Amino acid sequence: MTDTSLARIRNFAIIAHIDHGKSTLADRLIQFCGGLADREMKEQVLDSMDIERERGITIKAQTVRLEYPAKDGVTYVLNLMDTPGHVDFAYEVSRSLAACEGSLLVVDASQGVEAQTLANVYQALDAGHEIVPILNKVDLPAAEPERVKQQIEDVIGLPADDAVMISAKTGLNIEGVLEAIVTRLPAPTGDETKPLQALLVDSWYDPYLGVVILVRVKQGRLRRNMRIRLMAKGTAHPVNDIGVFTPKMQPVDDLGPGEMGYITAAMKTVADCNVGDTITDDRAPATEQLPGFRPSIPVVWCGLFPTDADEFEKLRESLGKLRLNDSSFHFDPESSAALGFGFRCGFLGLLHLEIVQERLSREFDLDLIATAPSVVYKLTKNNGDEIELHNPADMPDPSLVKSIQEPWIKATIFVPDEYLGSILALCSERRGVQVDLTYVGNRAMAVYRLPLNEVVFDFYDRLKSISRGYASFDYAVDGYEEGDLVKISILVNNEPVDALSFMAHRSAADRRARSICEKLKDLIPRQLFKIPIQAAIGGKVIARETIGAMSKDVTAKCYGGDISRKRKLLDKQKEGKKRMRQFGKVEIPQSAFIAALKMDA
Amino acid sequence: MTETLALYIHWPFCASKCPYCDFNSHVRERVDGASYVAALRAELAHEATRAGRRPLASIFFGGGTPSLMPPEGVALLIEDARRLFDATADIEITLEANPTSVEIGRLRAFHAAGVNRISLGVQSLNAEALAFLGRRHDVGEAIAALEAARTIFPRVSFDLIYARPGQSLDSWRAELRQALALAADHLSLYQLTIEPGTQFATLFGRGAFTLPEGDAAAALYLATAEEAARFGLAPYEVSNYAKPGAESRHNLAYWRHGDYLGIGAGAHQRLTLGGRITASRRHRAPEEWRARVERDGHARTEEEALSAIDLAREVMLMGLRLTEGVDPAYLATRSGLTLAEATDPAMLVACMDEGYLHWTETGHLATTVEGLLRLDAMLPVLLR
Ligand SMILES: Nc1nc2c(ncn2[C@@H]2O[C@H](COP(=O)(O)OP(=O)(O)OP(=O)(O)O)[C@@H](O)[C@H]2O)c(=O)[nH]1
Ligand code: SF4
Ligand SMILES: [Mg+2]
Repeated sequence: MTDTSLARIRNFAIIAHIDHGKSTLADRLIQFCGGLADREMKEQVLDSMDIERERGITIKAQTVRLEYPAKDGVTYVLNLMDTPGHVDFAYEVSRSLAACEGSLLVVDASQGVEAQTLANVYQALDAGHEIVPILNKVDLPAAEPERVKQQIEDVIGLPADDAVMISAKTGLNIEGVLEAIVTRLPAPTGDETKPLQALLVDSWYDPYLGVVILVRVKQGRLRRNMRIRLMAKGTAHPVNDIGVFTPKMQPVDDLGPGEMGYITAAMKTVADCNVGDTITDDRAPATEQLPGFRPSIPVVWCGLFPTDADEFEKLRESLGKLRLNDSSFHFDPESSAALGFGFRCGFLGLLHLEIVQERLSREFDLDLIATAPSVVYKLTKNNGDEIELHNPADMPDPSLVKSIQEPWIKATIFVPDEYLGSILALCSERRGVQVDLTYVGNRAMAVYRLPLNEVVFDFYDRLKSISRGYASFDYAVDGYEEGDLVKISILVNNEPVDALSFMAHRSAADRRARSICEKLKDLIPRQLFKIPIQAAIGGKVIARETIGAMSKDVTAKCYGGDISRKRKLLDKQKEGKKRMRQFGKVEIPQSAFIAALKMDA
Repeated sequence: MTETLALYIHWPFCASKCPYCDFNSHVRERVDGASYVAALRAELAHEATRAGRRPLASIFFGGGTPSLMPPEGVALLIEDARRLFDATADIEITLEANPTSVEIGRLRAFHAAGVNRISLGVQSLNAEALAFLGRRHDVGEAIAALEAARTIFPRVSFDLIYARPGQSLDSWRAELRQALALAADHLSLYQLTIEPGTQFATLFGRGAFTLPEGDAAAALYLATAEEAARFGLAPYEVSNYAKPGAESRHNLAYWRHGDYLGIGAGAHQRLTLGGRITASRRHRAPEEWRARVERDGHARTEEEALSAIDLAREVMLMGLRLTEGVDPAYLATRSGLTLAEATDPAMLVACMDEGYLHWTETGHLATTVEGLLRLDAMLPVLLR
């Protein structure tokens, strides 16, 4: 493998809208090239995380090295990268693209071009990729390959005449895909005599091997027993092992230009190896770093608190471990009067948030409360200070704030004609501004600018339900704009509950305030005292509800002098109270918080 | 050692087990009444020696179904008690009876034995409800028993169970009025509750029936007090109503946290011994209880000296069931803790403000009607 000449290498990413069949195509390619024996094969074999398998989605990009004996008699080395389709993980896609020269653009022939098809293909074009369109799922009766080809040409502007028609499911025409890869995608370039330059594509923590780094060698040769240097970070580490994924880990002696593989090195934490960094030879270093990529920026923040206050340290450790495998989420300690000590965490989107939360509870057995997700606001104070607001609870007194800016996004929505009206209504209800509206056959493509704040909550769910699942949606962050924003505080029994406060546009403040008060009224069980619930902007109450006192709770019969039983019951009840959050004379069960926060999400 | 005593005597047998009942009651094909009475007498003698001579203000035969006891046995136990303690002149001697014809026939014998107050387990005056509650008597027997009891005993009380499945406010008012017309000077009116381990708990868990809850249960409770008041019966405890002076002195001893001896299987007791207040209970299984009494003279299984905080809790949680409330001075003598030490002061104020608690004219801390309705929720936040 050490003498793989560049001309025999093809590096490519498989990109597509969610569920169009990327991982299934990867399965077929692996199978065709004999990467795995049939008995080792399972559906979407590269989706190795439990969550990926359960949800049937790819979250983490994966790499496989395959050998393909092509019709021209040459055996090629193919480095395949399967990518996620969901918009939250667009960052994974961009990293994969930087490691390849070409992309397979998979389009579901029954669905056609969707929002992420477009988003991903533009990313690939930006990365200078050669692109081969693949029409998948032609086995489906609803497949309309001719119409979809036309769409690819009209919407994306890619020639689609020689799109490869396949069924990843049945295995139809997989060889056609492989031939297109070797004939239509470019070979990498690079000079193995130059000083080593390898792109740090990804890194994760393996409990057995420690830190594992995925690299793409651009120039020079990476060897076992070399001492590598991370150029941006400025640290050097001896290499323990080098290898490739077949998809099993298989050690090799070295990796030359154009090749992809992994390194294990004596590194303690993944924090040492930032993706996008350039790896070079510590003894003969390169002079220049590779372009790298923009760091991922969390767009949605929320607080995570352990239900059991004693688990704070465990949460800290678990977040640390999880971050080893997912550098795109961020966490900083925070404390809340209502929820105690926890962390403010940043995510790439709501699905990302949900997945991290699920992994924490599943892999680390933690019981968590998440506060309402919030975007990052930029505040300018009267004295000219500028601050970034990650947590509505930290909002300074409004009289000190000159202006608030909120993030906007540019959203692309694909939707069948018949649902367009309601989708446009949804967008304008969410303060959206139309940028473009075009038709492709019976589908419309609407481009809108929207405040991110209006989208992170339930926009995606509403979009899907309004369109019966037919609308697709992609977005990119598109700058900050000043907005008439207010912080809404929630007071339970006249005491502010910081964990429930949120930001809203003034025009939506009343509606959202009323809805959360109503929800809390239903969620907090009646108790000994009546409890006022109020929503306020500053000192002004804009919505209020009252939870009435419970109507009856008394044991009818106290017989036979068995006072011990009553006393023991009392002890138990007092114990139970400890598990509730106390607000003056009111206890709010955890479940009410969780439900209120969820419902708002 | 001169605390006035109340004496409880437990008869653990019933003709059948009622589906709602979680008392220490057992069904046996044959009960050797004489030897159980002998064991009760032995245990009474044993405990009397420990307790020392004291004034005795009440005796209560409870169960189970003590109206199934041999009346001679009841007579012997009363005689023993009078001999072992100093019975007060107005000693109250109550026996619980079920209103079946068999038991009605023995009421005179119980009276002759010394019983001066009878408490009848009527439970309902509605045939369907009696069947649902698994009772062995019918409405006619219940009425006959009440009429007989009123001619024989100077004091008569009976129990009813309400807030039954599907029971409407109006139908309960009607049933209660009928009952009040038959009542003497005391009534125990209990809302049906589902106790773990009972047949009803299984059925209820399966969803076989539902009970009035929340607002509906509160309305039933308030209607009950209203109807009782029209007949001159005032609530003096959560579920007990009496004409002034006709309160059950024996049960008041529990609620006021006085000293009481409990004899018989599973009976509980609070007794001042050597300056400390002890809590103890006896073996619950009748056969084992008897074997232990025969062997050791008593069948106490646990006995602990109560801590100050436990005592304070008990005094409060029992006393707040009473409309007369808790006397802070008694709380302090009984437990060693002041009211301020026994309660959370902020919660005390909150409960006052909310109208759940009030100070009586005599300076007792007492629960209002609104407070009584929510007593179980109030106690854990109020008490330390
Ligand atoms: N009928 C048919 N179904 C297919 C075909 N290819 C994939 N599927 C199905 O489409 C669904 C999605 O396939 P995946 O391979 O997980 O899609 P993906 O693009 O990797 O999805 P993400 O990673 O979540 O973006 C699965 O249920 C596949 O079985 C095909 O050629 N024909
Ligand atoms: S008669 Fe009384 S003690 Fe016996 S089972 Fe019925 S309710 Fe319980
Ligand atoms: Mg996938």
